[in-house]
Amino acid sequence: MADAALDRLKADGRIVVVGASLAGLRGAETLRDKGFKGSLTMIGDEPYEPYDRPPLSKQALLGKGAAERTALPRRREIDAQWRLGVAASGLDMAARRVKLADGDEVPYDRLLIATGVRARPWPNPAEAELDGVFVLRTRDDGAALARRLDAGPRRVLVIGAGFTGSEIASACRERGLEVTVAERGDAPLVGALGGVVGAVAAEMQRENGVDLRTGVMVTGLEGDTTGRVRAAHFSDGTSLECDVVVVSLGAQRNTEWLTGSGLGAGPRGIACDAGCRAFDIRGIVTDDIFVAGDVARSPHPLFGYQFLSLEHWGNAVSQAETAAHNMLSESTERRPHIWVPAFWSTQFGVNIKSVGVPSMGTEIMIAQGSRAERRFTGVYGYQGRVIGAVTFDNSRWLQFYEQQIEATAPFPPPFPTVDRRPEGQKPLPADFPDPSVPTHGPTITLSGYSPADRRMTFTPAGH
Amino acid sequence: MRLVVDLNRCQGYAQCAFLAPDVFAMHGDEGLLYDPQAEDAYRERVAQAVAACPVQAILVDELDMAAAAPGAGGGEASDG
Ligand SMILES: Cc1cc2nc3c(=O)[nH]c(=O)nc-3n(C[C@H](O)[C@H](O)[C@H](O)COP(=O)(O)OP(=O)(O)OC[C@H]3O[C@@H](n4cnc5c(N)ncnc54)[C@H](O)[C@@H]3O)c2cc1C
Ligand code: SF4
Repeated sequence: MADAALDRLKADGRIVVVGASLAGLRGAETLRDKGFKGSLTMIGDEPYEPYDRPPLSKQALLGKGAAERTALPRRREIDAQWRLGVAASGLDMAARRVKLADGDEVPYDRLLIATGVRARPWPNPAEAELDGVFVLRTRDDGAALARRLDAGPRRVLVIGAGFTGSEIASACRERGLEVTVAERGDAPLVGALGGVVGAVAAEMQRENGVDLRTGVMVTGLEGDTTGRVRAAHFSDGTSLECDVVVVSLGAQRNTEWLTGSGLGAGPRGIACDAGCRAFDIRGIVTDDIFVAGDVARSPHPLFGYQFLSLEHWGNAVSQAETAAHNMLSESTERRPHIWVPAFWSTQFGVNIKSVGVPSMGTEIMIAQGSRAERRFTGVYGYQGRVIGAVTFDNSRWLQFYEQQIEATAPFPPPFPTVDRRPEGQKPLPADFPDPSVPTHGPTITLSGYSPADRRMTFTPAGH
Repeated sequence: MRLVVDLNRCQGYAQCAFLAPDVFAMHGDEGLLYDPQAEDAYRERVAQAVAACPVQAILVDELDMAAAAPGAGGGEASDG
């Protein structure tokens, strides 16, 4: 009986995808791969077909591949109706319709929400409007910023030293531009990787000629008479002349369009179960609405079913594939989204990668290499188990620690390793900022239950 | 030709940079930069890089690769 309904859905059902970017595209491709032959509608508020964002703060700023040229390759023909350049503005769950900003409505049998996040704007709107003030999230942002850097500004100010801010600073230095980085925390990347690794990142920035200012906030931006930004003022009373400002203060989830719909969507994202099915506001799981990518918050078995929001490329791909699979599956054939978080960044010529959830760690041990050489593996511990790892130019170790995380292996790692320096023999406090103080730009947001229980054995599906 | 490298997978073996240096380049010891929309002239070399990448991290437009076989998509996919 249920089989017949599923067969009908596959043969001539209607699936709507809202958010036509990485997660949306990969979800759509997977739907077709799984034999979905019905109508597929892709709704995206950007006028462009799906493109890749990571190059926007790397290749595109370095002038090695324009921001306009990062369209994502297609794994297959998806034969969709594209509604690009129009935002979804509402959802009627009872009638199963997505409302569009142009007044249209699109009916669905299954809905995939992949609306991602947007850059957090500079809080003072008048200052944010100044010519020369940028954020970096979209292709248009990337193209505009690259153009401005091409013009050879005298000084660039980057506000916020998370991954994106640090990559922008790195690109500026590689172009030979003067750059100042202002960071409220004690070091770059502290929110994601803690103070021990943050100190390495700080050194790396300074050695590369970045004017790094930590423990300081930008209190105001000032324009000249023509409306161009010319200076910034800091909380320590100092000022800086600059003609380009990049606001890099993290992201906000695109969930406002769901307000009043009855779906469990809010500023922290859209909560879903391990199978990517969205919850409604009563905490009841829906069976026809699925979520994936940066906008989703989902419980992870490896981390005590704590809800994780990940702003990670690999998560968007993997979660979209799982969501699409589950959209077309019987309940017994559904799969949980159990991807082990992983992330990469390249800055100042160093390849930084992480697995697991370093920000959950309370301790860190430098297990391979050394911080001084800027080639090391840091392993994060939480209540006696390995919970994350980061590598600086040492990515060959990452897979090993990924296995350790999956196996909930003990921390500190008991085994002697081939490459452990004296400094790495004992764990240090990982030195994360107080989590109750909001830090901008986390790439992982945690909420929900505690992952204290380490008796569980985690056995991921083969990938 | 559009391409993307899954840099979570990429191990920086630099095979691709060796085979298609106009499209892929190492950035530092381990980092990889690539042109996400490489010229068609490099198609052959990119195809070699795709095949040679030990962790299959490089994804190229299937539409382009299969340009000679229109209608190849949309076949019945049995669940794997
Ligand atoms: C500059 C930059 C560098 C990055 N570098 C890395 C990196 O090195 N490593 C890494 O792992 N990750 C990186 N990321 C993160 C990665 O790009 C994201 O995790 C990924 O793009 C998430 O994909 P998504 O499809 O979930 O969301 P998004 O890419 O945010 O796409 C969501 C889409 O939905 C659209 N949308 C929103 N609201 C609506 C609406 N109401 N109606 C219709 N459409 C809507 C948005 O405009 C957008 O096009 C980077 C991101 C940026 C911006
Ligand atoms: S060949 Fe593959 S693993 Fe090696 S650098 Fe290129 S993409 Fe990375």
